[in-house]
Amino acid sequence: MTKKLLVGLGIATTAALLLSACSGTGQEPQASSGGGSESASLDLTYAVVTHSGPGDAFWDRVKSGAERAGSDYGVTVTYNADPDPAKQSQLIDNAVAQDVDGIVVSMANPDGLQSSIEKAVAAGVPVVTINSGIERSAEFGALTHIGQSETVAGEAVGDRLSEEGLTNVLCVIQEAGNVGLEERCGSAASTFTGSMENLQVDGTNDAEVKATIKSKLQADSSIDGILTLGGQYAIDAVGAVDEAGSEATVATFDLSEDVVSNIEDGAILFAVDQQPYVQGFLGVTALYLDSVNGNQIGGGQPVYSGPAFVTEENAAEVAEYAANGTR
Amino acid sequence: MTTTDIVTVGNRPRLESRPLRKILARPEIGALVAALAVMLFFSVYTSNFMTLSGAGVWLESASTFGIMAVAVALLMIGGEFDLSAGVMTGFTALIVGVLTSHYGLNIWVAVLVSLVAALAVGALNGFLVMRTGLPSFIVTLGTFFVLAGIDLAVTKLITGQVAIQGMTNVPFYDSVQPLFGSSIQIGGGTFYVSVLWWFLATILATWVLLRTRAGNWIFAVGGQLNSSRQVGVPVLKTKVGLFMTTAGAAWLVGMISLFRTSTVQANTGVGQEFIYIICAVVGGCLLTGGFGSAIGAALGALIYGMVFQGITFAQWDTNWLRTFLGAMLLLAVFLNHFVRTRAGGAR
Repeated sequence: MTKKLLVGLGIATTAALLLSACSGTGQEPQASSGGGSESASLDLTYAVVTHSGPGDAFWDRVKSGAERAGSDYGVTVTYNADPDPAKQSQLIDNAVAQDVDGIVVSMANPDGLQSSIEKAVAAGVPVVTINSGIERSAEFGALTHIGQSETVAGEAVGDRLSEEGLTNVLCVIQEAGNVGLEERCGSAASTFTGSMENLQVDGTNDAEVKATIKSKLQADSSIDGILTLGGQYAIDAVGAVDEAGSEATVATFDLSEDVVSNIEDGAILFAVDQQPYVQGFLGVTALYLDSVNGNQIGGGQPVYSGPAFVTEENAAEVAEYAANGTR
Repeated sequence: MTTTDIVTVGNRPRLESRPLRKILARPEIGALVAALAVMLFFSVYTSNFMTLSGAGVWLESASTFGIMAVAVALLMIGGEFDLSAGVMTGFTALIVGVLTSHYGLNIWVAVLVSLVAALAVGALNGFLVMRTGLPSFIVTLGTFFVLAGIDLAVTKLITGQVAIQGMTNVPFYDSVQPLFGSSIQIGGGTFYVSVLWWFLATILATWVLLRTRAGNWIFAVGGQLNSSRQVGVPVLKTKVGLFMTTAGAAWLVGMISLFRTSTVQANTGVGQEFIYIICAVVGGCLLTGGFGSAIGAALGALIYGMVFQGITFAQWDTNWLRTFLGAMLLLAVFLNHFVRTRAGGAR
């Protein structure tokens, strides 16, 4: 009996070791060659902790940017994410317990992360916030914030939709409980001259997103525009418009390869790119500059990573990078 | 102690004479071995896991799962499931958040209102299951979706937001907060009061299961429903009580989450219900009921917390977390199955 137990234990340990072996890809602890001779000897570790759900295309680009910065600078970058603020707080606590040299954190729900971030700052760990939470970043003691003001971007989108002459637009929210997404729709509605209605969908299930948008279009034929808040949902919306036989045009926040090709084809009107790769890359960069030279970029003010509009005119040049999964 | 005519599973291992078999017949033994293995592995593999600051992190991570896993284990021993347990943690916290930050109700009153609401939902779950005779899996799946919709729709309707903001400005917030969300510093580690709640819940549940008449009823209704009814076990009372216990635990976890982070989102808790069940099963509970342990479930949650945070400490890709958990669940179930069939004491 005990022998069998030991065998089971051995299997568990082997499995764990195998997992550790598999997960080493994509994270070079040291740059093989670099500009400065010092960089090879730097032993710095930065933790990136975001509020992403699993399998999100946008956050994959943030991760790519952060990891690229890590390998360019010859530092270790770890990436963890959880959409629940309590668990995201634990991941921040975890990074502090590991005594990392800096933390990059996204704040979809700033209140929920306040105590953990302030504790990290108090423990002497530099923090840079990215993506959401621009308003509270300085208050919590972060070095700087790198992202796009949802309000500025939303208002720009609202203006643009009005210019296109749309009158009844659906704003598709893919994640319940994300304050930033609500803010995008709200800000777009504030400058939009027509009427805008929010539609809640389950972002983890694209087939259902498409079906929900489709039935909404069938129920209300006066809808002439759909605004989605993530690249992959724009594709769902285009499919829904097609299947419903509707005339509605689609506009979206955030990019993906498919979004760019749809813009080239004219199926999507425009996309607002907040440049997630920049957020990951600059987040790590801000910490790196602080570590090696005591620099503080932005001078206490947020650094804007966007918005950049992608339309039919400039889609071709963006397409190349979108194919790499970096834009 | 209290006596009853029903031979419960908890009593059965006494038929065994060899001490090793007696130990192996305990439902929590598989989880104990696995927990020690996981702890040993991460302690050796990472430098910060087995420090006070590291332990603070994984204990907190395990604590809220542990409280729920213990309650869910009782329910599973009683032969039922509660899929609404996860969303209920968000539901209870949202009630307090909306009532205080929006309607200005006294926070202590709001906390009590929330408890009453949770117990009512739990009782409703129980009565629906018992009166209709439908599987609790289906009934609570229904309440899960109803509650998830209410969480989002009502919160948005009343506050115009999908997350409660500004809780710290609510009067008397500071008087409730220490009860659920406070922490102490021990040698550089932060230990949250939720860990204490978790230990208390485990001790209480173990005492009820093994030392009270109610505990025997729980094993009986989960093991042999008809026989236990025939010998006079109050089946309805026991099962409704179990659903209310799970709901009460969800309230506790909701409060811990709310006062730990001072915020709650409309989607809080959705999807967590299966983790509670995983923890209970890893801890030795049978899906068919009638067998299991509260300590085992607490150990199951400890494993979850250690693995979740351990993977982060080891700086592995957390994309693998679920694969790891799934594999561990299978291993634990195989181990339990093997031990039980070999030991032969229990079904």
